[in-house]
Amino acid sequence: MLTAIIDYSSGNLHSAQKAFEKITALNNLGSVVVTSDPQIISSADRLVLPGDGAFPSCKSELMSSEAYEAMVFSAVEKKRPFLGICVGMQLMAIKSYEYQETDGLGWIDGEVRKINPKDKSLKIPHMGWNTLKIESDHPIFKCIHNGDHVYFIHSFQMMIKKHEQRLAYTDYGTDITAVVGKENMVGLQFHPEKSGEIGLRIIENFLSWSP
Amino acid sequence: MLKCRIIPCLDVADGRVVKGINFVGLRDAGDPVEAAERYDKEGADELCFLDINATYQNRATTYSIVQKTAEKCFIPLTVGGGVRSSEDVRNLLLAGADKVSFNSAAVKNPDVISEAANRFGSQCIVCAIDAKAAPSGKWELFTHGGRKPTGIDAVEFAQLIEKKGAGEILLTSMDKDGTKSGFNLNMTRIISNAVTIPVIASGGVGNLDHLVDGVVRGGASAVLAASIFHFGEYTIDQAKKHMDKAGIPVRLNK
Repeated sequence: MLTAIIDYSSGNLHSAQKAFEKITALNNLGSVVVTSDPQIISSADRLVLPGDGAFPSCKSELMSSEAYEAMVFSAVEKKRPFLGICVGMQLMAIKSYEYQETDGLGWIDGEVRKINPKDKSLKIPHMGWNTLKIESDHPIFKCIHNGDHVYFIHSFQMMIKKHEQRLAYTDYGTDITAVVGKENMVGLQFHPEKSGEIGLRIIENFLSWSP
Repeated sequence: MLKCRIIPCLDVADGRVVKGINFVGLRDAGDPVEAAERYDKEGADELCFLDINATYQNRATTYSIVQKTAEKCFIPLTVGGGVRSSEDVRNLLLAGADKVSFNSAAVKNPDVISEAANRFGSQCIVCAIDAKAAPSGKWELFTHGGRKPTGIDAVEFAQLIEKKGAGEILLTSMDKDGTKSGFNLNMTRIISNAVTIPVIASGGVGNLDHLVDGVVRGGASAVLAASIFHFGEYTIDQAKKHMDKAGIPVRLNK
């Protein structure tokens, strides 16, 4: 089994790569490659779309990457398991309002907007360890419990229109979407590769998942 | 609920953890990768490496420490010391850092923050502010590991670098650093209130009540300490349990 972490010149892929390598090696879950090569992406069994930084620049980097068409075809037509992380998760939405209105991939029925907690003393970005409130029995949550901590770092969040596509949320003066999903796709707002044992378990769950 | 972060800081020089008093008089505190692993197991919320003589010496040792740590610890890692450009940020991110901290270079040219934030995202750009009480009652910014006064007001500078796109401030009181007499709570609170980004309180922790004060009275989003952890006075877990008892939300080990 081959897992491709898509490299489209956005952000820090090293941490994600190390975490996926550790889990695949420990559990005999195949190999991991960081790539933008469309042929490798087409042949990969699973896809991971990371992303750091601003939505518009991530989107334009992704669109101009040679990885883009192969990734969309694999995820949408071939229904290969797909995982978006942080801005990679936000890119799955219909659109984002970060800096300017920008279309997303349109896979999840949501919009990305600035976090707006009722308590104005709360700091933005939402940065640090917060607890998961799980709303679904999706296999991504195997051995994960309500109240487990994961590491968030973001100023924008995905507001979900179809409630069944929100699989977990966290509380930061308002409900913050933490996990989204539909068919073969899952998106995580937090960083599983930075979330200690809980994060590594979620990565293992993704790598063991057969949608 | 978002938890308050406890961050052990490893001041690194020539591949070893050191800790000075008022930034001088260094004492060896061991191998940084081993220390990072131990803190991770004890429940540290993040790790921070400060390469304290990077301005003068080559960076290869630091990259190798960052790389080895990132292969073993799956929690956020901030690296600072001698960071001058977007290219330095890129190299540290590639070595395995999750956030990179600017200090002297950002004072010389605050646009280096906006350039790095635009390229890599605000989430990974930290700005370290080292400040000392000035006769005016304000706090003056120092650079070059606390050796060089700048005449710049620390509160104004904090607001400036927030505008430039820094995602977080690592605030160290030069008067308190190494004294074990507690954070400069007044400065921490005033700067934390002056910006919307999180502030990490640093400099002066001598006991666990000081950590509590940094959050409750200083308004810090995270607390950073070095020597109380390095020399085995307290474990991270003890620190968290103490903060929990004081009513501060923390992520406890199960």
